[in-house]
Amino acid sequence: MVNQINAGDTAWILVCCSLVLLMTPALAMFYGGMVRRKNVLSTLTLSYIFMALIGVQWVAFGYSLAFGTSIHGWIGGLNFIGFHGVDAVPNPDYSKTIPQGLFAAFQMMFAVITPALITGAFVERVRFKSFLLFSLLWATLVYDPLCHWVWGQGGWLKNLGVLDFAGGTVVHIAAGFSALAFALVIGPRKGFGTSPMEPNNIPLTVLGAGLLWVGWFGFNAGSALAANGVAVNALLTTNTSAATAGLVWMVLSWLDGRPSTLGIATGMVVGLAAVTPASGFITPMASMVVGAVAAPLSYYAMRFRDRRKLDESLDVWACHGIASTWGMIAAGLFATVSVNSDGANGLFFGNPGQIGIQILAAIVTMGFAFSMTYVLAKALNASIGLRVSPMEEEVGLDISSHGERSYS
Amino acid sequence: MLKKVEAIIREDKVNDVKDALAEIGIMGLNIFEVRGHGRQGGIQLVGRAGTYQVNMLPKIQVNIVLSDRNLEAAIDAILKAAFTGEPGDGLIFVSPIDEVIRIRTRERGQDAMMYPGDIDERKKVSKG
Repeated sequence: MVNQINAGDTAWILVCCSLVLLMTPALAMFYGGMVRRKNVLSTLTLSYIFMALIGVQWVAFGYSLAFGTSIHGWIGGLNFIGFHGVDAVPNPDYSKTIPQGLFAAFQMMFAVITPALITGAFVERVRFKSFLLFSLLWATLVYDPLCHWVWGQGGWLKNLGVLDFAGGTVVHIAAGFSALAFALVIGPRKGFGTSPMEPNNIPLTVLGAGLLWVGWFGFNAGSALAANGVAVNALLTTNTSAATAGLVWMVLSWLDGRPSTLGIATGMVVGLAAVTPASGFITPMASMVVGAVAAPLSYYAMRFRDRRKLDESLDVWACHGIASTWGMIAAGLFATVSVNSDGANGLFFGNPGQIGIQILAAIVTMGFAFSMTYVLAKALNASIGLRVSPMEEEVGLDISSHGERSYS
Repeated sequence: MLKKVEAIIREDKVNDVKDALAEIGIMGLNIFEVRGHGRQGGIQLVGRAGTYQVNMLPKIQVNIVLSDRNLEAAIDAILKAAFTGEPGDGLIFVSPIDEVIRIRTRERGQDAMMYPGDIDERKKVSKG
């Protein structure tokens, strides 16, 4: 069969590509509002820089490592180096109806936001030079292989039949557990646990959360790679999970004091992260369960992290790692081929084996992302140092790393 | 004798205090946005998951310099306008001032503090 470009599919994925791009500035705002006022620009830059860094890395060799011809299921070959042959012709391995160039661009936006998610772990103290080096290494040695395992043609987890619609493993579990490892290596911020570290601008964070929700329609519904019923279903499950998790988080926050604005916005993002791997395989009603369970899991993971005095500063592990682990399991429970014939049935639809594959993929991702990040961070810490000096930290990274102030 | 009044008050009472002072003819004042806490030691805020303690709360500091003959009237006005009865109403500090010089006229001391229509003119006190 000749691969025919479909104008509707192509137009839709062009839009989704822009929506997912928007998530990185949105994440920058989401994080930027939660740090202290002396580190706002630094925190924004930690996210923004990935649009530049991965924007180059992905074209140069990242896409090829992730989606090139598989080398025994472990890594993509070098056949797409420099986007060689990645053009207007569809690649039937990934999408029969849109140009491969568009598929590669859409995937680039995922590669951009994933390492940006990790930055929440080490804001307000990371040394910019070490961060840049870490990021390039992480994208190349962690993201690209993992992406190949799960989504690349011939990837070993893909061959096992894992269900990860839009990046529960590749994006959220990988970012969450890498954040945990990095936080353990870099250590807490000066004064963590003794002086309060108040968010400088919660309205900015709330705006960021809202734009993340908008962008997530592109992230999840776009992962159908077509303008079809699966995309519509993904959009509905995405919205329903975010809505439910936002409501449940509001109640949890209320029980502990007041219904916090920051809490409600956080709950919504947790609902989005949770449903991501399952969004294209489950029904909207099932996604309500996904969101309702994700909220308390992440909420109490955050409390647990805080009690352990671990300064994983913006809770990437609790929000993304924990929520999406549940989302992977939920896909193994609620997936049904009546939603997506390219998917599989889960436990509740007579296929108990699926849940084992889901858990295996989640654990493999956790182990791979955590240990690789731990080793990379340790090596950089021992060589060029991960942290700024105590004085630079005290002054704030806006001035000491970038020579600028957010507000004059 | 000249006195300085430093009143630490609630942010939302600043207009009430300004109006109450203007009412009795005390025109000149400066306000500062300050942060701090008294014995009560701050308040609890709600974070992403659970609560946390914040001990440096925003307050307004009103500074006035006046003749000591007008001191009690000013204190009275502030006490009435800044009062809610809840913890956190604030404090008033009073201290002596050595000298005041008005830059435009080079008047010094009590004379530099007097304006047309102010509390002294109402009391029919004239410049020395």
